[in-house]
Amino acid sequence: MLRVGEALIERIHEHGTRDYPNECCGALLGREEGKDRTVLGLVPLANQRNDSPRNRFSITSEDVRLAEKEAAAKGWELIGWYHSHPDSPARPSEFDREHAWPWYSYIIFQVEKGEPREMRSWRLDDDRAKYQEESIEFISSVPRY
Amino acid sequence: MPVKVMIPTPLRQYAEKRESVDLEAKTVAEALSSLTSQFGDLKKHLYSDDGKLRSFVNVYVNDEDIRYLQREKTAVQQGDTISIVPSIAGGAE
Ligand SMILES: [Zn+2]
Repeated sequence: MLRVGEALIERIHEHGTRDYPNECCGALLGREEGKDRTVLGLVPLANQRNDSPRNRFSITSEDVRLAEKEAAAKGWELIGWYHSHPDSPARPSEFDREHAWPWYSYIIFQVEKGEPREMRSWRLDDDRAKYQEESIEFISSVPRY
Repeated sequence: MPVKVMIPTPLRQYAEKRESVDLEAKTVAEALSSLTSQFGDLKKHLYSDDGKLRSFVNVYVNDEDIRYLQREKTAVQQGDTISIVPSIAGGAE
């Protein structure tokens, strides 16, 4: 289960709306306790796919390292990623699957005509063949660590 | 030559939860092949079916991207650190 505070959801939504009709992307920082994860912070990042930003996103390894450093500085972990699907459902595409890493939580949310819609989270199976949905629990306030 | 290979968080579960592995290698290719023979489950996440490193797998030797060196033929020396760093990609249909 992935816990996400409302204020962070709001920031993810705003990012998706701002970048619409392009895909937006960013890092999820937080903590893992057993099977549960809590998102405690975000690092909004630039979508580097300038050739096809409406249906593709990419985050460079440099930005990944930056997000890892930011997480470490707070005593958290880089637990996953978020990206928007402009006018497309909040489930992973085949392209998403081919490029996904296991372990990370992948939040995908639909932005329909500029308005944020459904948000879901996914994790890739060990054999890379498919995803499992990870339920999101929306919480009103984020615990302090 | 003993070198250190840093394992990225998403792959540690396939390497006994280790952050890094010390092994003997003279090149990046040797280090990665030694790593994946030690931890077979890492293979499908690092290499595509045709045996090439996946496009979103980035390898650094002491903070330098091997794409700007001699790629997998890049030589390593005792004390070098090889880091495997993800890049992230995806998109809608
Ligand atoms: Zn996607």
